[in-house]
Amino acid sequence: MAAITMRHVKKSFGPVDVIKGVDLDIKDKEFVVFVGPSGCGKSTLLRLVAGLEDISSGQMLFDGKQVNDIPPAERGIAMVFQSYALYPHMSVYDNMAFGLKLANVGQGGIDERVRKAAGILQIEHLLDRKPKQLSGGQRQRVAIGRAIVRDPKVFLFDEPLSNLDAALRVQMRIEIAKLHRQLAATMIYVTHDQVEAMTLASRIVVLNAGHVEQFGSPLELYHHPQNLFVAGFIGSPKMNFLEGEVASVSGNAVTIQLATGETVVAPIAAQSAQKGQAVTLGLRPEHLLEGGGADSQLTGQVMTVEHLGGETFIYLDRGQPEPMVLKTEGNSRAKVGDTMPVGVPAGACYLFDHEGQAFDRQAMAA
Amino acid sequence: MSTATVAVAAQLQEKPVKSRLTRQRIRYAWLFVTPMLVVLALVAGWPLFRTIWFSFTDANLSDLQVAEFVGFDNYVYLLSDPEWWNAVWNTVKFAAISVTLETILGLGIALALDAHFRGRGLLRAAVLIPWAIPTVVSAQMWGWMFHDVFGVINHMLMALHLISKPIAWTASPDTALVAVIIVDVWKTTPFMALLLLAGLQMLPGECYESAKVDGIHPFKVFWKITLPLLKPALMVAVIFRVLDAMRIFDLIYVMSGNNKDTMSMSVYSRQQLVDFQDVGYGSAAATLLFLIIAAFTVVYLTLSRVGRED
Ligand SMILES: Nc1ncnc2c1ncn2[C@@H]1O[C@H](COP(=O)(O)OP(=O)(O)OP(=O)(O)O)[C@@H](O)[C@H]1O
Ligand SMILES: [Mg+2]
Repeated sequence: MAAITMRHVKKSFGPVDVIKGVDLDIKDKEFVVFVGPSGCGKSTLLRLVAGLEDISSGQMLFDGKQVNDIPPAERGIAMVFQSYALYPHMSVYDNMAFGLKLANVGQGGIDERVRKAAGILQIEHLLDRKPKQLSGGQRQRVAIGRAIVRDPKVFLFDEPLSNLDAALRVQMRIEIAKLHRQLAATMIYVTHDQVEAMTLASRIVVLNAGHVEQFGSPLELYHHPQNLFVAGFIGSPKMNFLEGEVASVSGNAVTIQLATGETVVAPIAAQSAQKGQAVTLGLRPEHLLEGGGADSQLTGQVMTVEHLGGETFIYLDRGQPEPMVLKTEGNSRAKVGDTMPVGVPAGACYLFDHEGQAFDRQAMAA
Repeated sequence: MSTATVAVAAQLQEKPVKSRLTRQRIRYAWLFVTPMLVVLALVAGWPLFRTIWFSFTDANLSDLQVAEFVGFDNYVYLLSDPEWWNAVWNTVKFAAISVTLETILGLGIALALDAHFRGRGLLRAAVLIPWAIPTVVSAQMWGWMFHDVFGVINHMLMALHLISKPIAWTASPDTALVAVIIVDVWKTTPFMALLLLAGLQMLPGECYESAKVDGIHPFKVFWKITLPLLKPALMVAVIFRVLDAMRIFDLIYVMSGNNKDTMSMSVYSRQQLVDFQDVGYGSAAATLLFLIIAAFTVVYLTLSRVGRED
């Protein structure tokens, strides 16, 4: 049982404010992922949860009890570090057994726990080896094993897969998801890999410069980003942003006139928009239709075509500083220099006001 | 064809001809290394060779030209001289006690300096002061502090009523070696501390955070994590200090001259060679000292390598 609550949590290192007031309610057995650009404070926030750093102000609660002054060892957590932090001179077995107190578990209990964890992670045959005799993925498993044997209420992971190659990462990602189902513990996981975040999380915390931009389920963030930052951060390739202003408001839709003169119709709760208001239109590359033919239409000149096999990215020059990206199927015939019409389905539009806050989208279901 | 040319020819056949680039690199390597080899040969090789040569002669300081070869006579006499064995025993005692104390104190200071606190940089620099003072100066300084009549140490101990009458620290047989060891520990502990501090700072920080999260007792962390990981640095520091301590000369000579109670192997050699003008015999003592240190180094390195392999 461990629900974690943060109230106005702040952390500064000397004069530098790193965490600037975070409020979060993490439920018991939830898998929460912290994402955000490098340096935004993900690791720091995780270390505050662990108790490895002191909170400058605010409250950290575990199951409603304040833990601000409780040392890491008494918080019932286990942490998996980015560099694994295995003890280099100890065997895998000793690494896993080291944290267990003889008084609490007893010799037989220690052995049983280590072997059970090794079984879950399929590293029984490695128990006698030293860390340097293991591959990266195996070390990673040992680090996770060391966390499992302690039977913690909360698992903390700081970018645990960032040192692994792409294939191994996918494999370990699946194993971590499996582990979460098996162990039924609260897990907090830091990453800057979007795919990891989207696939593992029950809910994602998007951090930016020390504050929470949005906290919600992966699809909530994808379909209903609260602001430009989240919209740009979640999704790959990144969402296209087009500047414009509201040309007319009618019923459940607004018509937006873009800086290029084209118009796009977006289904937005009409009462929230005003005619003449400056807005940013967001369009995800995967929602745009090559060749046009949808509720609205834009055009651009093909700058670059990237064939990835299963899909194609087309970069269009529309006389704007940033090219517009569109993602289409693998066998696209687009050629550099072509003038290409692009279809914009009404339901694909995201709209943000001049402060970057999102208008409610109507058509999309979360 | 001589056997040598056959060997060379065989070698040429086996090895592929070196590329021009490789030959050039080798040439440059020699170019850079040669000056050092020449200097080493002049300042270390030649004196060592001369010392070893003199040790087999009856050379006298008044006229080195008339030396005659006497075989192992000097060594035979040396090994039967109780004064030599007294010097060996003094040196070993001095080295063992002072290095042990320096290691323990140095490790303690290193652990303290490794913690994060304000003014740490300043303290690290301050700790080095005893090491930075030339040995002769600190030996003289401590010599005065230990002085039986005017010395501040006797004065303080008397004031505290710890002793009832002044102690002749450097002259009395009971305390002379103790006094020398105290000064050596004072002087060299900082060196040890900084060597070990460098070692401590190389240790993986995340391991300690992990131990902290796991709630492992600091003593257990020290014994089971810090010490094993610090072992390589500790071994290097200890061997440096032991080799240094075995050669101890200046400190002892300045503090207590040719006093029999503190005489080290180096002081013994100097006494024979300079005071008694017996270059052959003094050289034999110096050569034996060299051999003892060399043997110690070989044994130590072999043992430490064996320790590392498992
Ligand atoms: N001990 C420290 N002292 C001073 N500043 C620190 C300290 N630790 C972190 N910071 C600063 O806090 C900010 C957040 O650091 P943090 O490590 O939490 O970033 P992060 O989001 O984990 O980044 P990354 O994705 O690169 O790991 C950074 O600007 C960093 O420079
Ligand atoms: Mg980080």
